[in-house]
Amino acid sequence: MKAVVLLDFWASPFGQRCRIALAEKGVEYEYREENILGAKSPLLLKSNPVYKKVPVLIHDGKPVCESLIIVQYIDEAWPDHAPLLPADPYARAQACFWADFVDMKFNECGSRLWKLKGEAQAAAKEEFIGILKLLEGELGDKKYFGGDAFGFVDVALAPFVSWFYSYETCAGFSIEEAAPKVVAWGKRCMERESVANALSHPDKIYEMVGVLKKKFGVE
Amino acid sequence: MDQPAFSVKLLGSWADSHTHRVQLALKLKGLEFEYQEEDFINPSPALLLHNPVYKKVPALLHGGRSIVESVVILQYIDETWTDNPIMPADPFERAVTRFWCHFTDDKLAPAVGLVFSSSGEGQKAAVDQVHENLKLLERELKDGAFKGRRFFGGDKIGLLDIVLGCGSYWLAVFEEVMEVKLIDPESFPVFHAWLRDFEEQQEVKETIPAIDRLLEYARGIRQMMLSLSNSSSSSINNAAASSG
Repeated sequence: MKAVVLLDFWASPFGQRCRIALAEKGVEYEYREENILGAKSPLLLKSNPVYKKVPVLIHDGKPVCESLIIVQYIDEAWPDHAPLLPADPYARAQACFWADFVDMKFNECGSRLWKLKGEAQAAAKEEFIGILKLLEGELGDKKYFGGDAFGFVDVALAPFVSWFYSYETCAGFSIEEAAPKVVAWGKRCMERESVANALSHPDKIYEMVGVLKKKFGVE
Repeated sequence: MDQPAFSVKLLGSWADSHTHRVQLALKLKGLEFEYQEEDFINPSPALLLHNPVYKKVPALLHGGRSIVESVVILQYIDETWTDNPIMPADPFERAVTRFWCHFTDDKLAPAVGLVFSSSGEGQKAAVDQVHENLKLLERELKDGAFKGRRFFGGDKIGLLDIVLGCGSYWLAVFEEVMEVKLIDPESFPVFHAWLRDFEEQQEVKETIPAIDRLLEYARGIRQMMLSLSNSSSSSINNAAASSG
């Protein structure tokens, strides 16, 4: 086993965060695909006994779980190049807050856009538009959420750019209308090799959403 | 100890475990701060201004800026006032600490809250969930990442002790109010011993409200919940969910 191993699933936005961070840092690693819709590997079950989920980063045999924790670990274990978190405590706190927001609000609400139907979906759509506007406000006229430099919040949110098409199609609305700066930011992120190599094509994600909808019995 | 160049103010609620986390961290760092009590159900204009996204306590005000989300606040405090660190220095240790903080708020606390807000079969399932979660922590203390340590942070209280400890008192409170067994010392000897040791520390005793007050508070909320019809108001759920 190589020194750095990433247990992952090709379409996982959480795994993609880790891939982006490792690429930004120039860290060589072994990528191992887990079939999360099927049987989990013994290595995954051993490395993440609490959640049994990808991604897991295994560094010199030691596992790190939870994507945002993995990204912070990557930033701290390879500190000499491309810092993802700022040095200033207040700026760091802001970055941590907005990264958590992507998980607790953006992703949570976003998943309801394709998991639900009818009134519940319509309510989720309204909520999601509110969340987009908050992100739009936080981004403002900056190049990245991190400012001039690509940073922690950008890594946290970038994988979900592939999901915009699915959100829009499932719930019937335009993300560009609600948050044009965020859409422009997404395109800037895609110009980075680390992001372009990690993200799945929006059509592939839409296909995956179709598979997940069947799995969850949504139709 | 250095006192802050700018004053520190904490918006909190007396029965809120996330507020206690911040109070304890500030005490451990020897920092003076102003405290403003917030009504859990009716946030003040100040709270709405300083936490517009979540509109919840705690909110730390420092140098004209606000920091919210308790684990984010704790790390901010540790990085701003660097004496007596509460986070380990090693990146892997830091990742392990952050993981179990995440587990506490993602799995354990909601399960504990559910014990309080449910009844019958639902409550039994919630109690089982709490036991499952405590088993995982017990295993880490006994044989895993925290083996042989007095506290999760080592010889001294660290960030994970603060996060887990400020909230674990609800286990004893809910045991009494709900008449369920949650933290049996025979099933969870190491966790139980850690919690007793934690609660004996001077700064912790100064932070956590007296158990009588917590019991009275919990009984009051439970009464209110039971006297409402099947669906609880969201503010009651917030109170229950945040008390974990």
